[in-house]
Amino acid sequence: MSLLQVGGVSRRFGGLQALSDVSMSIARGQIYGLIGPNGAGKTTFFNVITGLVRPDAGSFMLDGKAYEPTAVHRVAAAGIARTFQNIRLFAEMTALENVMVGRHVRTHCGALAAVLRTPAARAEEAAIRARALELLDYVGIGAFGHLRARTLSYGDQRRLEIARALATDPKLLALDEPAAGMNGTEKVELRRLLERIRANGVTILLIEHDVKLVMGLCDRVTVLDEGRVIKEGEPAQVQRDPAVIEAYLGRAHEPA
Amino acid sequence: MGSFDTFLQQVFNGLVLGSLYALIALGYTMVYGIVNLINFAHGDVLMVGALTALSAITLAHATAPGLPGWALMIVGMAAAIVVCILLSLLIERVAYRPLRNAPRLAPLITAIGVSILLQTVSMLIWGRNHLTYPQLLPADPIAIGPATVTATKLAVIALSGIIMFGLLVLVQRTRLGRAMRATAENPRVAGLMGVNPNAVIAATFAIGAALAAVAGVMYAAVYSVAHFYMGFIPGLKAFTAAVLGGIGNIPGAMLGGILLGLIEALGAGYIDQLSGGVFGSNYQDVFAFIVLCAVLILRPSGLLGERVADRA
Amino acid sequence: MTPVRAPATADPQSAAARRRALLTGLAITAVVLVLPLAAGWLGTAWVRALAFAALYVMLALGLNIVVGFAGLLDLGYIAFYAVGAYTFALLASPHLTDNFPAIALAFPGGLHVPIWVAIPLGATIAAGFGVLLGAPVLKLRGDYLAIVTLGFGEIIRIFLNNLNRPLNFTNGPQGINLIDPVRIGIVSFDRPLDVLGVQLTSPQLYYYLFAALAALSALVCARLQDSRLGRAWMAIREDETAAKAMGINVRNVKLLAFGLGATFGGVAGAMFGAFQGFVSPESFSLMESVIVLSMIVLGGLGHIPGVIFGAVLLSVFPEVLRHTVGPLQEQIFGRIVIDTEVLRMLLYGIALVVIMLYRPRGLWPAPLHGTARAPGGGDAPPPANRAAGGVEP
Repeated sequence: MSLLQVGGVSRRFGGLQALSDVSMSIARGQIYGLIGPNGAGKTTFFNVITGLVRPDAGSFMLDGKAYEPTAVHRVAAAGIARTFQNIRLFAEMTALENVMVGRHVRTHCGALAAVLRTPAARAEEAAIRARALELLDYVGIGAFGHLRARTLSYGDQRRLEIARALATDPKLLALDEPAAGMNGTEKVELRRLLERIRANGVTILLIEHDVKLVMGLCDRVTVLDEGRVIKEGEPAQVQRDPAVIEAYLGRAHEPA
Repeated sequence: MGSFDTFLQQVFNGLVLGSLYALIALGYTMVYGIVNLINFAHGDVLMVGALTALSAITLAHATAPGLPGWALMIVGMAAAIVVCILLSLLIERVAYRPLRNAPRLAPLITAIGVSILLQTVSMLIWGRNHLTYPQLLPADPIAIGPATVTATKLAVIALSGIIMFGLLVLVQRTRLGRAMRATAENPRVAGLMGVNPNAVIAATFAIGAALAAVAGVMYAAVYSVAHFYMGFIPGLKAFTAAVLGGIGNIPGAMLGGILLGLIEALGAGYIDQLSGGVFGSNYQDVFAFIVLCAVLILRPSGLLGERVADRA
Repeated sequence: MTPVRAPATADPQSAAARRRALLTGLAITAVVLVLPLAAGWLGTAWVRALAFAALYVMLALGLNIVVGFAGLLDLGYIAFYAVGAYTFALLASPHLTDNFPAIALAFPGGLHVPIWVAIPLGATIAAGFGVLLGAPVLKLRGDYLAIVTLGFGEIIRIFLNNLNRPLNFTNGPQGINLIDPVRIGIVSFDRPLDVLGVQLTSPQLYYYLFAALAALSALVCARLQDSRLGRAWMAIREDETAAKAMGINVRNVKLLAFGLGATFGGVAGAMFGAFQGFVSPESFSLMESVIVLSMIVLGGLGHIPGVIFGAVLLSVFPEVLRHTVGPLQEQIFGRIVIDTEVLRMLLYGIALVVIMLYRPRGLWPAPLHGTARAPGGGDAPPPANRAAGGVEP
């Protein structure tokens, strides 16, 4: 059953055709990989489905309903939460507060209720806090909630970003290079975390350069090169495809 | 005077005003281009220039009463330029350089602080009252076609034109100009190419200050008055002009300055008629503010600036 | 999903810390209550200074919402103060009835809107202006936002100065006087009042009112800071794009910041009108906006106690200067060498530069450990909108 169905996405930036007729179908409960050499258009594609970049053309269906990724803030409400390639946390807020912000879209207490501190407002605050603590534990940084986000280690920051995204109760979790800069141990932990997330019913779309990670983790993979889909299928098949090999080896060697 | 004559007169007035704004705007735009800072204190440098010149002129006239008006003017300008250059170098070194990598709020606050300091010190030195600027050039009205001009106003336009041309040559043809452009684009790489960014930035401030000094003297000469608060409004309007032309863009600042001067002069001249007497020329200053807000909201890159790219 | 453990990051306030906070609070309340009585012995001018300090605290708290919480650099904030002041002035003085016969007919007893109407009205109208000013600048950042808000503030001042022709709305540079004092029931604040055996002068009465309003403002701000909305503001301040990606409606949240911040200004303005009995455009210059901004920057941007501290310091300090340095100069030099007004501005300018160079987080910033309420960490200055000045895509 398809969770996200994207058809014919194109986008041009001046002289560069960043995306040409890219289509993708992500089934519910999958971990779906998006790979390709640098500059292939992967992050642009992410930006399109999360509303940061407007496509020139394309159709989108989320959970069976037509989906217009125009206003960025509505994307999270619709059910897609993302992380960023170069970690965009709220640096001066604590880890706990970062995750609590993630709950914003699913809560509604406004200024008046906050000032008056109505019972409903207090209950909602307590619930937000409890859920945020839960999520911090879930990703493994439960002990660091009171620390400012910018003081966390790189790996912990990535985990925090995931916790924050999960706080929005997404249907689809879109991760932009979550393993970048991680060492071997951290990658193993990340993989376990992602599998746990999938087991809890969240679908995952993943941009990654680490081929081993992708092959071991993803159910299906799309390969982009120069804005076009050159292969789509199961990791093992994609890995052996000559066009894919050429796309990677035909350029500067990608470190695995 | 027929309505076309009035129009020409206002156009001329606009050119005078616009030349002044252009000179001041150049200081803003060059500094912004190179260090991404709105030099809030720039208008006050103009003021210091005008008042310094006044003192110099008074002193020169007292020591050598035979000097002709235009010579006094030159003495005044020279004094203003020297003082303003030194002042701006000091300010850059002490207040702005340490904050070069700080987030936006700090340099802005500091600049406001410097602005206040300049005004207060000027208040202490020259007092609070409005000081009269002597008429140095012959004040007899000259008729050019249907418009009436004075020698001072003509001098403003001519001098501004020469200076602006000189600046363009400097930026495009000389080593310093190339260094300035390179540092504006990418200070670190420019450094790798042998450019000393600190020196280039200092030079940029100095040039901007010199232009402001000249503009300040001419402004005071045209309006025959100088006082410690005189820099605020022209400074803000010149900033508007710089933004209008595209902040960071030198020809843009020139264009923006002239345009703003014309808008203001024509607006002030015709607003009475246009608004059926509701708004008079006392709303003149509002024009600049409205233009400023409109440009920043509707087309922040200005007329000649680059379109601000989409950021993912 | 792992069960919820006793959180390691629970509210760090233990019982002891809470007791300490309560005692501090009581001490501060006692000082605030006794202060005007002590000051009264020194002279009315001091009491008035304290009353103005309380008004500035309100202004500072309001601006802190915009600049400190949401990271939006507003240099035209004093416009909301002006709106509040003029609203009350128009509704509680003879100006409108004197200049518009139709209104004089409709209100034969004169326009004397009571404060329980005037305050909410002033607040609402100021909030409206806040949204009006905020709406076009939503996409601007950093320097550009600062300059545009500065321009707006000046535009409002120029209009206030000139809307006396052809119809006399604001009475131009002369301003509006004969504004009603605050009246609560039969008590009129322009006359002394006997309270529990103590004779309170008019300035003292106003002081208590303003101090109460300031305390209320602080409470409102504290509650907002610790709420869903407060976190949304801080998220926008830190990274607007990430905030949007987390589902925050940045546009509405920014407008709320402008509107709510303006409300404080409006209320303070109405109170100012009643207190002074007279308003004119001169009181609402750019310098005033800069002063309020300096209060929160020098005090500790985003940190409520710091902001209050900055407001009190910068509003009381000129009074101290006037009463000490003036006579001191007379003694030493036989005359006033530097006018205290000028001296105040001079020290002001120096303070701004020095603080930014050496203590950019302010004199009383939020503690580095524990929750990150205020921007800035370590020695880094506050990050209000990292872009140099530009447009949000």
